[in-house]
Amino acid sequence: MINASLTELSHALARKDVSSLELTQFFLDRALRLNPSLNAFITLDPDASLAQARAADALIAKGQVQPLTGIPVALKDIFCAKAWLTTCGSRILSNFVAPYDAHVVEKLRTAGAVNLGKTNMDEFAMGSSSETSHFGPVKNPWDLGTVPGGSSGGSAAAVAARLTPVALGTDTGGSIRQPAAFCGISGLKPTYGVVSRFGMIAFASSLDQGGPMGKSAADLALLLNAIAGFDTRDSTSLERENEDYTRDLERPIAGTCIGMPKEYFSGGVAADVARAVEAAIAELTRLGCKVVEVSLPRSRLAVPAYYVLAPAEASSNLARFDGVRYGFRAPEYGDLKEMYMKTRTQAFGAEVKRRILIGTYVLSHGYYDAYYLQAQKVRRLIAQDFANAFEQCDVIIGPTSPTTAFKLGANTSDPVQMYLNDIYTIPAPLAGIPGLSIPCGFGAGNLPVGLQIMGNYFQEARLLNVAHQYQRVTDWHTQMPPETGGPT
Amino acid sequence: MGAEGKSYNTLLEEYVGSAGPVWRCVDHIPTHDHPMALSLDDVSRIAQLARLEATPEEAQRFLAQLQSIFGLIEELQSVDTRGIEPMSHAQNASSRLREDQVTERDQHELFQSIAPQVEAGLYLVPKVIE
Repeated sequence: MINASLTELSHALARKDVSSLELTQFFLDRALRLNPSLNAFITLDPDASLAQARAADALIAKGQVQPLTGIPVALKDIFCAKAWLTTCGSRILSNFVAPYDAHVVEKLRTAGAVNLGKTNMDEFAMGSSSETSHFGPVKNPWDLGTVPGGSSGGSAAAVAARLTPVALGTDTGGSIRQPAAFCGISGLKPTYGVVSRFGMIAFASSLDQGGPMGKSAADLALLLNAIAGFDTRDSTSLERENEDYTRDLERPIAGTCIGMPKEYFSGGVAADVARAVEAAIAELTRLGCKVVEVSLPRSRLAVPAYYVLAPAEASSNLARFDGVRYGFRAPEYGDLKEMYMKTRTQAFGAEVKRRILIGTYVLSHGYYDAYYLQAQKVRRLIAQDFANAFEQCDVIIGPTSPTTAFKLGANTSDPVQMYLNDIYTIPAPLAGIPGLSIPCGFGAGNLPVGLQIMGNYFQEARLLNVAHQYQRVTDWHTQMPPETGGPT
Repeated sequence: MGAEGKSYNTLLEEYVGSAGPVWRCVDHIPTHDHPMALSLDDVSRIAQLARLEATPEEAQRFLAQLQSIFGLIEELQSVDTRGIEPMSHAQNASSRLREDQVTERDQHELFQSIAPQVEAGLYLVPKVIE
């Protein structure tokens, strides 16, 4: 059960080999037992989860079965789930019980999936290591002294340690793909606009995108089927026909043209990561893929552009946290302005404050054109790089992250060093294209290495196809962290 | 301006052609102080704007960190973006319009049940006008 695919779990539920109640209890037991060492969950509410499992069993008994009916799904604590504590990893929402469901949570509920719990994350998704959470850092199940990546580090750690079959994450500059890489799991950031942002607490609205995290590409496809779709309540949601993201999984990939961006294989990437990624590309050529070198010359501008755009949008989005309508309010204050200041000062962590300050500065009078507008223009140049590259190849493949998981505390004192970890993941959300990360081997210290596959707009099914075909002939994605693996 | 009144960028284009480096020197620089010269006063001012307090020690630490972050961001200033449209949405989607009809039901009691201070359906805050 611990390593079963969603399809296997779904069949077992339909055959009544196992009930959703038993399945949910099994993963809850693991989560309750292992969470004290991993800190992957902020909230576990067994009674609420088991009630949903019983309801799913009732649906199954009536034969009303959809692919995710009865399947436990962990939710990053950025998604509002009605009557669940929803903190976004912040003190300012530490008492916020969501009064409504995010669009994706509503879709999962309708599909009969079970909310297994809310996963830990960098505060407001601002971070690459899940160390900025008000609820303490998440640990990487492969080595408890290293970070799981971030910001969806709790979801990644929970899937890696098999505390849940699948989880939802969000990705603004790499927050699904980089933790997936660090924890040896699979994760997909869809095309911007494919998954509704309604009820997903906003960080940088022009970049934020929810997506699936799981053990395999096949599981990602099933979970994406359940959460993708148009929603009038998200002004940037795209009105498109629903797709079946599993449709191309079994298609042979012979003839697929892989672009290797030369900028992703230059000095910056660690030797152990480069070795594993090159071996994976060699494996793909054995499956009949062709490889061409492509260039993304503006890649090095992606991190600077991102650190104008994302903080600018964040400073605007986080202005709503004022201690008036919900969340934390400072216990003592004089006038209204002092109430705002004390509330925000006491309840935001250092990284969130830094980004609010950067954003406020670049949007302030006299600087808007030089920073925000200039960064938006550079953003278009970065998107043009991808458009040019996709003239020559079907998918772009490279490392997800320059290194494997780093030690806890290694980058917390130097924000710029932390930001540069996302150099390979930031370009895709700037362009708005989809990208996924799958495990492709192990580096120094037996830490997982991630392979990033990016595609043109709406090419999710193709990315999943390449990933699934790779996973058919390799077993990196079935390997479990030694200290947490094995049945209970 | 370089020789014969040509701009530096024009000269650069003549020398290296369009296949040259992707960065260029720009003729215009921000009209305000160079951001590397971000001062402690700037940090205090933007903190006020953002409704955040910082002790003198915190402000000093923020200043050092922000200077280092702006060192990274400065690279954008050397990119020639003349004629490039700013990009805010990948699909250039325009805003959707809808019928002007009420679609939400009144849930103020539910929403106010999680507010720090409410009385008679009103959010309470300190007195603004004496």
